[in-house]
Order: sequence, then structure tokens, then C-alpha cells
Amino acid sequence: MPRRRDRARSSLRGYRADASRRSGLHVVGDGWRTLPRPVRQFSPAIALLVLAATYPLYLSSLPSGNVPIIHSFPSVRSAVTILVFTTMAVGLNVVVGYCGLLDLGYVAFYAIGAYTAGWLASGQFQQVRFHFGSVGVTHTANGIHISIWLVLVLAALLTALGGILIGLPTLRLRGDYLAIVTLGFGEIIPQFVRNADSLHGFDLTNGTFGISPIDSPGFGNSLKTSLGLPSAYSQDFDADRLFFWTALGILILTIVCCIRLRDSRLGRAWIAIREDETAAGAMGIPLMRTKTWAYAIGAFFGGISGAYIASFNAGAFPSQFNFNISVFLLCMVILGGMGSIWGVVVAGVILSWLNVEGLANIGTWLNDNIFPAGHQIEVAKYQFGIYGVIIVLMMMFRPQGLIPEARRKREIEESGGHGPLDSSLYEMRSADERGGTGVPHG
Amino acid sequence: MSGQPQEQRQAAPQQRSSDGDLLVAQEVRKEFGGLIAINDLTFTIPSRSIVSLIGPNGAGKTTFFNTLTGLYKVTDGQIVFDGSDVTNKPPHAITKLGVGRTFQNIRLFPQMTALENVLVGMHSRLKGGIVGSIIGTPRVRREERDAVQQARELLRFAGLRNVDNELAEALAYGDQRRLEVARALATDPKLLLLDEPTAGMNPQETVTFMEFVSKLREERPVAILLIEHDMKVVMGVSDRVTVLDYGEKIAEGSPLEIQKDERVIEAYLGQGATQ
Repeated sequence: MPRRRDRARSSLRGYRADASRRSGLHVVGDGWRTLPRPVRQFSPAIALLVLAATYPLYLSSLPSGNVPIIHSFPSVRSAVTILVFTTMAVGLNVVVGYCGLLDLGYVAFYAIGAYTAGWLASGQFQQVRFHFGSVGVTHTANGIHISIWLVLVLAALLTALGGILIGLPTLRLRGDYLAIVTLGFGEIIPQFVRNADSLHGFDLTNGTFGISPIDSPGFGNSLKTSLGLPSAYSQDFDADRLFFWTALGILILTIVCCIRLRDSRLGRAWIAIREDETAAGAMGIPLMRTKTWAYAIGAFFGGISGAYIASFNAGAFPSQFNFNISVFLLCMVILGGMGSIWGVVVAGVILSWLNVEGLANIGTWLNDNIFPAGHQIEVAKYQFGIYGVIIVLMMMFRPQGLIPEARRKREIEESGGHGPLDSSLYEMRSADERGGTGVPHG
Repeated sequence: MSGQPQEQRQAAPQQRSSDGDLLVAQEVRKEFGGLIAINDLTFTIPSRSIVSLIGPNGAGKTTFFNTLTGLYKVTDGQIVFDGSDVTNKPPHAITKLGVGRTFQNIRLFPQMTALENVLVGMHSRLKGGIVGSIIGTPRVRREERDAVQQARELLRFAGLRNVDNELAEALAYGDQRRLEVARALATDPKLLLLDEPTAGMNPQETVTFMEFVSKLREERPVAILLIEHDMKVVMGVSDRVTVLDYGEKIAEGSPLEIQKDERVIEAYLGQGATQ
């Protein structure tokens, strides 16, 4: 991946890099390149996927406690949170990375998603009794209890609608102004849920206490007996594993959607707007509509993540939704490389791991092994200072992100404009240029 | 350069003007605060013609371009393009009706490849929606494949070879200019607005570019409105030349008429230059 990008960046028509590629150390690389393209393209991703999907199975055989630096590997429960936050980062990447809209209020979408789950899958509304495919809830329980699978979709759609509603007035603004207004919305929504426990006497959000318990996902008793699928996650002995695999599924779905969108007509329009809004408009791209779509898609994945984590935590609480989360997600996008899905995934996993348990674990390891007794430091207390340092260092030494967006060379079959042919094409081109300048003067 | 293209041109005008006017601007006025950038300008572009807009710096040429393409809202007046009123419509709507443009200072999408730049130009002609793109329906795939094919042809047509997958920012200056035209052509325009297309080009590049413009009008049913400072280009390719000064039209006519017009000479060289 990096090599290809360098070719596009540093050399005209892939000529120079083509020469350097032959020059050394690439015995393994050459063997790799002879494999068919689908294998090259997909096998790293599949290997990674298998490694991730089997994590709960081999975690117990990994060393625990006193692993150098990281102290111990994240628990499956932490891993769920990591995956959900990574999903949100990938969603935010659509808004910030693709479309170039600085959104400082993404937490609003997270909150809308979580509360939608709270409304549609809990006993919050005691006045009614509505059950639809819910699992693990007695049939006499009051409140709205809709199957979490459906709630995830509904929450995502409702949040996307919320994104459109927030986007319509704000997306006319550019740059910093947009950032400030989205920051405002990111504050308004949590404030609203904190205070919406008595809207003319109607308790919408249960105020600071939050909505709890929220139903758990599951497949119900009939599928359990026929297919062996878990009836309700929360009642399962290995609930965390089930939540983990589901979260991984959501993340993969998000990644696939984002890749497909990026390579579509809409994705091109987003990137064009990011690159030059005025020119994009002049090329026939409806700016408002396209930006609103970016917002809606970003919100969609924020909503699904919010609803899922609400179900995972069995609750939605206003204290979860503060400004830090927006900034934290933005850090993942910036650290990973704006617009680069794989970069954002890597940065999302690293940063949310640090947040969930990584820093505390590193601190424990440092205290156990490096710092002398009596001079111990609680590393987790310095978390925002540490994140700040990470971002500053990144901006100084690698502003393009961990894995920068590879904006180039979409390999479309009939092209043949790269690969080993490059050098011969280069010559053709020079001949062409000579022909071009051979025109008699006027 | 002066001889041959001129003869070609003179054969055509009657036939062309009978098609009627593609664009009619009626008393267009644009004020920035107290400054009148365009002062009640009435202006037409016949179908399939090449019209040039010239004038000293600050005469309002680019401002007029921007009002035509919807980038600026007019203060007063009306613009009718191809039978529909486009006054103060948003840029994308005007582009969709068939007005393509380039910019005075090149405005490509630098981090996109040449091919992608052209594909962006096709945006309003493509239909692929969100769900279709995610699922990858055969219709969307086919449309995308055809679009890529057409984009490649357009790049060839604009004289860009083997740079399809280069980032726009990595292209040579002249190629960037060509790419901008290819991108504008991708919007399938009936009217192409070129804002100083030869600025910064050397004489050879300019000649090549003029040949390209001639080829364009022969092969495609497109009218061209040209802002240009290079008089050789203007006099060489235009059917009609309009001269602006301080936002007003001071002269209009064939290149030969304009060359002899006293007010034009005055505007360019100052009062008394004709005496």
C-alpha cells in the first residue's frame, strides 16, 4: 500500500519507483506480487478479520498480567467498547475525512442512537405495553420492547434524520463556523436529555438517572432450540463474546458501506467538496444535498453505535455523552489519517483501547517494573495530557496520519495504466509530447 | 496561425446564427456594496458560436462569468439559458442545464486523479444512489463502467494521455489546464465558459490550445464564451468579440471591427491614443 502511494506522489508516471522497486530486498515482495490480485487485495484483510473474530477464543491462552508495556490484553468486554468506538470513528470519517466538514458534535448522534434504544427497548414508557420480537423480557412487562435488531436499524435511521435536521441549518456554514455550530449541537442534545424528564409532566429521558435497563439483543427461544442461536445475550453465560462478535459484525458492515460509498458517485462528490467546494458546485454537485448526505451517513453509523452500546451497557445515561467523546473520535480520525478507513480503524482501536483500559494497564506495568516504590504514577489520570502529546507529535512528524488515505489509482480493469507497463507508457508519452510541440508556430 | 482558421470560421456564421441564441442576458447588474461591477449588461451568445469577452483588468469579465454560472447573485436583470430562466439559480442547477466552466486560477480537485476529476464532472448525468452503490446493483456498476469509459475518452479528446491515474496536483501546468477543460466537458455542456484558458501558457502551448478549441467546435455541438487577454487567441478563434470596461459593454462586433473601434483603443491605451 505505502509503496503504491509513494509512486503516485513522488514520481511522474510511476517511472522512478518502478526502477527502485527492482533494486533490492524484495524477494518476498516479488513472490507476493505474483499472486492473483484478489488474493493480494483481500488476504491481509481476511487474516486480520480471522485474528479479530477469534480473539475471545484465544484470549485466555494469551499471557495475562505483566505483559511488557501493555500489562495485559484487553478483556472481551473492553473489546466490545473498542469496536463500537471504532465504528463511530469510521462513521465520523465520512463527515470529516471524506467531505471535509469539521464536526465537533458527533456525540449528539451517539446520544440520539442510545436514547432511541432506550425509548424503543426498555420500560421507560410505563404507560404503554408494546412488544415486538423482544427477547429476554417477560410478556407482561410495561414499556416499548422492540427487538434490538430492529431497534438498531430504527435508531440508525432516526439518527440519520437527526443528522439531516441538524445539517440543514448548519451546513450552509463553512469551516470554523460549522465547527462551532456543531459543537453547540453536541452540547444541546446531552443537555436536553439531562433535562427532559418533565416535558409538561411527560418523562421522556428520565433525566440524570438515564434509561435503564435496556433490553439485550438475542434470537429468541424458537431459534435457540432450532438453530442453537443464543436466546438473549444478557442471559447467556458468554454474553461478552456474543456482544463482541455482533460489534465486530457492525464494524465490518460499516467499513464495507463506507468503502463502497467512497468509491461511488456520492463518495467522489464528497471528496470533490472537500478538495474545492466552489469548483464542486460548478461541476454540477448540489452542495447542500451532498453535504447533508455525508452528515446523514455519519449520523447513521453514530446512531447504530449508540443504540448498540446502550443495549450492551443495558442503559443510556446523560453522563456518557460529553464533549470529550466528540474530540476523542475526532482524534481517531486525525491520528489515523483523514479519509483513510484503515487508518481510522487502527487509530480507533488504539485510542479507544488506551481509553478503556490501556492507559491504566500501562501505568500498572510502569509502576511494577520501572518506577521505584514510593514514586508511582497513576498514568490514567494524565490521559488528556497524553492524548494531547500524541496529537501534537503526530502533527509534527506525521500530519497525514498513521495510514494516509491512498487517493489514487483505482484499479479498474480496462485501465492497464500502471504496473509493469509504466515505463513503456512513459516513453510513449514522451514521444507524444514531442509530437505536440512539433506544431508550427503561428 | 492567422490565415487558415480564419477562413474556416467565415464560412459558418450565417448557418450558426439561425439556430437562435443559446444564452440571453438582459440588463444584468451586479453591485458589490457601492461598486458597480456590471452595469446593465445585455449580452447574447448564439448557438455553436465562439464569443470572446475582453477588457482591461477589473472590467468585470470574471464577475460576469460568475453571475452566469450562479456563483454570484445578480443585483438586477435576467439571464435566460436555452429557454429557461437561470437567474440566481444555484451553480449545480445551471451546470445541469448545460453550462460548463473552467476557472481563471486552476481549480481542480488536487488530491483526486485526473480520471476522478472528470468523473466528478459527470456527476449530474449519473444516477447511482446510496443504496445502489453500497449493494453494487448491476445498473450502478454498468453506469459506473460506462462513465469511466467516457471519462477516459474525454481525457484522450483533451489530449491527456496516460495520466488517468495521476493526481491532478502532480500534472504539468498545461495538462492541468487541459484537464480542467475535460472536466468541464464532462458536464456535457451546451455552453462552455473558459476563463483565461491560456494564462501562463507559452506560445506553443497557446497554439496547441487554440487548435484544441477549433477541434472542439467542430466535433461537439457546443458554444464557447472565452475570456482572454491574448489578442492573438481572441482574434484568431472568435466569431464575435464583446469588450467590457468598468462593467459596461463598450463595443461588440467581429474581431476586425473591434480592432478598429475607437472606444476599445481608448479603453486599452487611454484617451487620445486614436488621434
